[in-house]
Amino acid sequence: MKMYYRSWLVLLLFVGSLFFTGCDMFAEEQEEGDNLLYVYSWGDYLSPKVLEQFEEETGIHVVLDEYDTNESMYPRIAEGAENYDVLCPSDYMIQKLIEHDLLQPLDFTKLPNAQKYIGEDFFRQSEAFDKGHKYNVPYCWGTVGIMYNTRMVKEPVDSWSILWDPKYKGEILMQDSARDAFMIPLRMLGYSMNTKNPQELEEARNLLIQQKPLVQSYGVDDIRDKLSSGEAALGVIFSGEAINLMKANPDLRFCPAPKEGTNLWIDSWVIPKNARHVENAHKFIDFICRPDIAAKNFEALGYSTPNVSVREQEEDDEEMEGYLDIAFPPAEVYHGQETYSYLGEVFDKLYTRLWLQVKVE
Amino acid sequence: MSNSKSLQRFFAVPFGLWSALFIVLPLFFVLWHGFTDGNGAFTLENLTTVLQWEYLKALGLSVELALVSTIICLVLAYPLCLILQGLRKAKGIMIFLLFLLPLWMNSLLTTMAWQTILEKNGILNEILRFCGLPDMALINTPAAIIIGMVYNFLPYMALPLYVSISRIDHSIIEAAWDLGANRWQTFRHVMVPLSMPGIVSGCTMVFIPALTTFVISALLGGNKILLIGNIIEQEFTAAYDWQLGSALSMVLMVFIILNILLEAFTENTDSRKKVKA
Repeated sequence: MKMYYRSWLVLLLFVGSLFFTGCDMFAEEQEEGDNLLYVYSWGDYLSPKVLEQFEEETGIHVVLDEYDTNESMYPRIAEGAENYDVLCPSDYMIQKLIEHDLLQPLDFTKLPNAQKYIGEDFFRQSEAFDKGHKYNVPYCWGTVGIMYNTRMVKEPVDSWSILWDPKYKGEILMQDSARDAFMIPLRMLGYSMNTKNPQELEEARNLLIQQKPLVQSYGVDDIRDKLSSGEAALGVIFSGEAINLMKANPDLRFCPAPKEGTNLWIDSWVIPKNARHVENAHKFIDFICRPDIAAKNFEALGYSTPNVSVREQEEDDEEMEGYLDIAFPPAEVYHGQETYSYLGEVFDKLYTRLWLQVKVE
Repeated sequence: MSNSKSLQRFFAVPFGLWSALFIVLPLFFVLWHGFTDGNGAFTLENLTTVLQWEYLKALGLSVELALVSTIICLVLAYPLCLILQGLRKAKGIMIFLLFLLPLWMNSLLTTMAWQTILEKNGILNEILRFCGLPDMALINTPAAIIIGMVYNFLPYMALPLYVSISRIDHSIIEAAWDLGANRWQTFRHVMVPLSMPGIVSGCTMVFIPALTTFVISALLGGNKILLIGNIIEQEFTAAYDWQLGSALSMVLMVFIILNILLEAFTENTDSRKKVKA
């Protein structure tokens, strides 16, 4: 029996030593802390060249993690599992993060480029989710629209109702997230996309159930691959994907704002409350707002930018010819469109539950 | 005696620690989340939510698809193992290794490969078109999910089956023939009972991962067909409702425990029979 206890002791010592070396490694990381920046952003949302340039100019090493939905990002921030320094969530998610006290106000004196180059319009629009815009610097914006393949769709596309047309059975790709999925039937029925009325939501759910047999699949990032390869005729996508898709497959056309109305979204940079490299995070956000960097990112991504200096720089770019009106759409496309707001936990659950009912049908 | 026993204990300690940290503790967290609300107060609400039809429907579908793919795996693997067992040893093992080869590849990759095969403009339909045959609409159907499950889990059926079939003493089969049993009777009354442990553990090893998978159904079902694994994944990630996700996991665990009990039970009766004989 004695040996039994001794073996426990040995093991305890072993585990203990692991623990202490673990602490050491941690301390080292902290010492090196000033040269690091943990970025948590959407997949393919920053040009790798821009990140390289940032590392070269500042000597700060960037660690990039990516997510594909706002919802999958939130738990990791809320649980404090990881100390990210800068995030890029969308409008309603920023509101949720603010309401749960997970963000820290930005120091705008450290962000001269943001003050100078981010359009006044976008700061104003961001008031919808960040009162007094203390927390966010807009990075990209756009609408949700319909991308269609002119080889298979011969008629003009200007309404969401085409996604309910039995002609296109098995050719339709829909967004696989509760808010984006419900936005469409809610607008078709003339309701707000931020509705808290269960009756209206049930009507919208019924429309989605009715549509399900026509849908080829529900997806997120895979929608663009399936559209560009011609696997489907119609797909609901974010306007920022449009330019790259049309470059990849010339048969594709984009309707940025179906006539029933659509979602105007903004993704912004924010700094979480538990960030460990706040100074670096400010440097990063300001770097992203610098005109030449904003233009580089825009060329790589194709997402509309709130940075007012970019259009001038792109005017002479031959590659962008014909696409500028999509990247910088006329005011009638986005004026009067709704932006998502955070509806609270109870309604989050209701949306999830109704969406589940569509999916198991 | 006591020395060897304490030595045994010593070697069991690492695994004991491992299972305490990575099996018992996580299970405790699942139970904890399942029986509490967001603030840590005891509640049965999560479990009653699970009994709503949306969840039961997904659970039913998962059980159905898992059962179908288990049966298909068994039907495919049994004759294969019989054939392999009849071959010369070296050759049999060689073929068997080839058979296990897909296991060395990441299952996410193989499932994605199936996606490109089954797609509307995928490889399968290209071949059919080339032969002048009509297209098959397989992707995003339950059939596609079953194909993916069978492909991914077939080796788990074949492995225990091969072991238990190759253990059967050939003289017993010859004895059955000598005593006038025909091929079917030998198979039904000698081979099947003797390979029962392999059948049961093979079925368990296919049924459980098939029941809990969410990758295969997400990729090959186009997110149109929700299995219970997908819902659990959604509850933990998208919906951020760990309480409900844990309650669903607990329900799923009941099925897994039933399955393991079944396996233990057949093994038990099996060894008792042997003792009697």
